[in-house]
Amino acid sequence: MPANKKASQHYKPDPRFKIAHREALIGVALAIFNFIWWYGFAYGLGSRPPEEYTYILGLPDWFFYSCVIGFILMSALVIVITKFVLKEVPLDADPYADLYNEAKEESPKL
Amino acid sequence: MNIQVIIPLLIFLIAIFAIGFIASKQMSSGGGFLQEYFLGGRELGGFVLAMTMVATYGSASSFLGGPGTAYTVGFGWILLAMTQVVTGYFVLLILGKKFAILARKYNAVTMIDFLKARYNSPAVAILSAIAIIIFLFSAMTAQWVGGGRLIESLTGLQYTTALFIFAISVLVYVVIGGFRAVALTDAVQGAIMVVGTLILLIGVIIAGGGVPAIMQDLLNENPRLVTPFGADGSLSAAYVSSFWILVGVGVVGLPQMAVRAMSYKSSRAMHRALVIGTIVTGFIMLNMHLIGVFARPVMPGIDVGDKVIPLIALEVLPPWLAGIVLAAPMAAIMSTVDSLLLLVSSAIVKDVYLNFIKPEATEKRVKQISFGVTGILGIIVFLLALQPPDLLIFLNLFAFGGLEAAFIWPIVLGLYWKYGNKHGAILSMITGMASYIAIHFYNAEYGNLLGVHTVTIPVVLSLLAYIIGSLAIQRKAFRF
Repeated sequence: MPANKKASQHYKPDPRFKIAHREALIGVALAIFNFIWWYGFAYGLGSRPPEEYTYILGLPDWFFYSCVIGFILMSALVIVITKFVLKEVPLDADPYADLYNEAKEESPKL
Repeated sequence: MNIQVIIPLLIFLIAIFAIGFIASKQMSSGGGFLQEYFLGGRELGGFVLAMTMVATYGSASSFLGGPGTAYTVGFGWILLAMTQVVTGYFVLLILGKKFAILARKYNAVTMIDFLKARYNSPAVAILSAIAIIIFLFSAMTAQWVGGGRLIESLTGLQYTTALFIFAISVLVYVVIGGFRAVALTDAVQGAIMVVGTLILLIGVIIAGGGVPAIMQDLLNENPRLVTPFGADGSLSAAYVSSFWILVGVGVVGLPQMAVRAMSYKSSRAMHRALVIGTIVTGFIMLNMHLIGVFARPVMPGIDVGDKVIPLIALEVLPPWLAGIVLAAPMAAIMSTVDSLLLLVSSAIVKDVYLNFIKPEATEKRVKQISFGVTGILGIIVFLLALQPPDLLIFLNLFAFGGLEAAFIWPIVLGLYWKYGNKHGAILSMITGMASYIAIHFYNAEYGNLLGVHTVTIPVVLSLLAYIIGSLAIQRKAFRF
């Protein structure tokens, strides 16, 4: 891998990767939010003695908020994000090929 | 066993058979045989992609074992199972477009092709191939045993006969149809899981006299059943949370999931799959495990967890409907097994044979080898499943957690961290796998270390190993 300093000044990464990196971070953020919601309601409400639980649609409140609402909320978030935030990019054609010709030499043919 | 139960199951098997056959006819000649056979020509649409991910991932454990445990433990286990909703969006968003773009650029057909190109290292490739072949082969055999046992218990046939029926049904369509047949049958099997679990949940609620009545029965029996802490209060928050790694975010490191993340047609397909995958995963997991808990007051005293679903279906539904519903766990097992079979086959053909033994093989030869290896693998698995050797059961214990600990960082950081290199990857894989096995024995002997599932600590250790290995030796930025 010839990656000396001089060559790296010419190297421009595929612009599609910028979008990809942003979307991966969105995935991480969604998972963290999902975990906090799930954990907060489950152990926040669920740690009370069972006699104090209230029931929503017959289900214990901690479970209803953590798992039922949590699931519906995550689905809604995913729908909104795919509709308004994620970008469509071509996957196979190399629309920016000339930008990273140099980098290409490094990827071995399979 | 009631003939009315068997007929829907039979129809299901025939339908799967037919779909596999049609898919094999569709195999196009363009794009090369390997891409077509092991990756469906990278042409999956959103619905099929989502379904094949859910179905591959949802195995016998989520359909028989999981609800069985929920039956014993109560709501705490549904809470644990719901950690899987994250897989619906996380795998596709994290591997995401970058993985799909790079896989095309490197012309990668398997996950190992990607690793080999990214790290420019045959050692990484051979180490991964060995890990995949050994561990997923064991996992697959264990699932075949599950499939055979399920047919045995549903039909009353002998285990050997049942296993034979199961083996033939899976083998034929995988061998002739390749990835496309696997993905298409997965889509049908996934749909059956959705419908089957919904019908059964409704049936159980009616039989129990409504949700409030069921809840009252549970409270009367043991109030802890409706808490997050399990029937004996032993499910700790830390332990349940650690399943976020094992069955949640760690799934990114499973080769059978990664290969799907390079198989889709366009970013539009990926977007659709995100939505469908999240909804379907959550829906199936919620339904399935609620059924397990609700079954308790309806049918008390079931000792064997795996039998809860079959028994409750036969109890609360008319026989013909029970037959349809019981096709769901069968579908879950088949859709996992078919994917693993093809994956192990691809590791042998593409990653070992073509990479190291005979790189110049002709297209025709590759074709023969692919069909041959897949078929022979299936026959070996069948023979082993007749009387599974102890070693295999043993290896199966490490299949999922161990592979996650081994692959998660070489894949994820390989995609996003330019300083990641082969030294880090090799060190990370060895550390992940070895520490998983070591901690497994420690936990079996002394109870869970730090109160979390076995997978947790190896995932952290393999992260450290990856970073240290990459920075300590040959620190150089990689250009994607």
